[in-house]
Amino acid sequence: MIDVDELKKHYSVFRREPGLKNSLKALFFRKKTEVKAVDGLSFHIAEGKRVGFLGPNGAGKTTTLKMLSGLLYPSSGKVLVDGHLPYKREARFLKKIILVMGQKQQLLWDLPPLETLELNRAIYEVPMPVFRKRLHALTELLDIGPQLRTPTRQLSLGERMKCELAAGLIHGPKLLFLDEPTIGLDVSMQQTIREFIRSYNEKEGATLILTSHDMDDVEALCPRILVIDKGRLLFDGSVAQLVAQVKPEKRIALRFEGNSLPENLDSYGRVVATGAGEAILQLGLEKVSEVLSQLLARFPVKDLTVENPPLEEVMSELFSKHTLAENEMAEHALAEHALTENERAENEMAERETPKHEVTAKAP
Amino acid sequence: MKRLLKMLPTLLRVGFSENIAYRAEMLVWVLSTTMPFVMMAMWRSVAEHFPMTGGMGQPLGPLQMTHYFLAVFVVRQVVSAWAAWEMNFEIRHGTLSMRLLKPLSPLFSYAISGLTGLPLRLVVALPVLLIFFLLGGLRAGAELRLLFLLPLALLGGWLIVLFANMAIGSLAVFSGSSIRMMEMWMAAFFVFSGYLFPLDLFPDWLAFVGDILPFRYQLGFPVQLLTLSLDMKEALLLLGKQWLWVMALGALTWVLWRRGLKRFEAFGG
Repeated sequence: MIDVDELKKHYSVFRREPGLKNSLKALFFRKKTEVKAVDGLSFHIAEGKRVGFLGPNGAGKTTTLKMLSGLLYPSSGKVLVDGHLPYKREARFLKKIILVMGQKQQLLWDLPPLETLELNRAIYEVPMPVFRKRLHALTELLDIGPQLRTPTRQLSLGERMKCELAAGLIHGPKLLFLDEPTIGLDVSMQQTIREFIRSYNEKEGATLILTSHDMDDVEALCPRILVIDKGRLLFDGSVAQLVAQVKPEKRIALRFEGNSLPENLDSYGRVVATGAGEAILQLGLEKVSEVLSQLLARFPVKDLTVENPPLEEVMSELFSKHTLAENEMAEHALAEHALTENERAENEMAERETPKHEVTAKAP
Repeated sequence: MKRLLKMLPTLLRVGFSENIAYRAEMLVWVLSTTMPFVMMAMWRSVAEHFPMTGGMGQPLGPLQMTHYFLAVFVVRQVVSAWAAWEMNFEIRHGTLSMRLLKPLSPLFSYAISGLTGLPLRLVVALPVLLIFFLLGGLRAGAELRLLFLLPLALLGGWLIVLFANMAIGSLAVFSGSSIRMMEMWMAAFFVFSGYLFPLDLFPDWLAFVGDILPFRYQLGFPVQLLTLSLDMKEALLLLGKQWLWVMALGALTWVLWRRGLKRFEAFGG
């Protein structure tokens, strides 16, 4: 479905310092810097899969989505989406996809969302009976009956996002690019959107690529994640694999009988949270079964669950490891460079100190 | 093309609904185009004191000035477009992305967006046209067949305005903003199109310059057809020149747009 090979997107950005003097200077001399938004990404995504793109701000997630959906021309590399070169933006390709951006909207601001849906019906050439059927299904699933007839500007953020999804899905796309679809929404609305997306994927067999800062979104929806940093792929696999690779630990959430906690709980693992008669321990994967049996044998445990550490923590660990590795490489390169410089200086000095006749003697 | 024609009624209907929603803004825009009435008052006063001669040796008295500026108002309402402002906003804010994701060229949707404002503008323009006729705007004895060329000239004038807007709007991708450039275009338009004074009043050398530039074909030429102040031969020649400009600006728009898309960075989001 999606094949990406050594995909790159580099931008030229003009930089200038603040202040009037610098503004005037920038009129004549501009400093140009190259930004490597995406720097050699390669991956493959099969049809019908749900994949999450994770990474810090500026990692290149949105830029990648924009290249996959044909909004941006790649600087180099290959990208093929369902047999199409996205940047050609053929009508056949555009009819198969949708890019929903949490921070941008396609709904007409002063008109009810139904008008945007009508407009999309005409633009995407959806036959009227199909349109009616899909509209009915989307209205039911998203529970947006009254909102469809209210001017967009009068809808709440959550209502707008639901209508935005309806407008994006009315042509039945096979491929969904969702960029921060739950941004700014409250917890229950996030849940609704997640459930809807999952059910659309299951019913229609659509492929789904999601970027989100909300790790809950990704954990709930995506069996596979691609972690990107500075435009490069750091990890490709499941959440469980990521945890096992980066932070091989588990959390044990305990509820004891009564409101008090055992005194020496920290001898079993790191206590990361406590409450009335409740505690969460974090410990290495290899110790889990042993600690569990000890806890059950020694304390009045009413309830317990074992889960992965929060994805945020795992990601933060991954990025700090990556940054550390990069810094080490940079330091190493710097040291090598300094060494070469020293060697050159020493050679030059040695040459200067060498008596001329010796040099002459070496000459052919 | 068949595909576009099929979706056209819905695009026009929704676009028109949007225009009605922006009716207050629309009204302000219409009021901002009343400059021809100010010019009419001024040039009537001048014509009363200084007799002038217009095209085909006809006198340009106060009544002729009235005819001229009423025609200017009507034609301006028909040949308006503001895609450059829309494009600048969408390129700067990255909202052009939403248009680019749809299987319909954004250029076409900008054109439709301009066209859907026409019915509201005609509500203002048609009564003025009626006054124009009642005041004897169609000169007795003039060649009425010129009016057959008017629809084509109005379409040509509108396309010149639209393509100029789109070409200048596309430049925003390269420079970040092209609003100043559009303002320069508008300044030249005010001078050379016949919007502020009849082109017949230009000295020969300035008339020559005006003849080469596209601005008179936006407005002045259709106004000359409506006021029947050309002979058929001259009208056909000007029509030919007008459509050459349409083709040239259309080609320029296409090239700039295609190149711009490769540079588009979809800012924000």
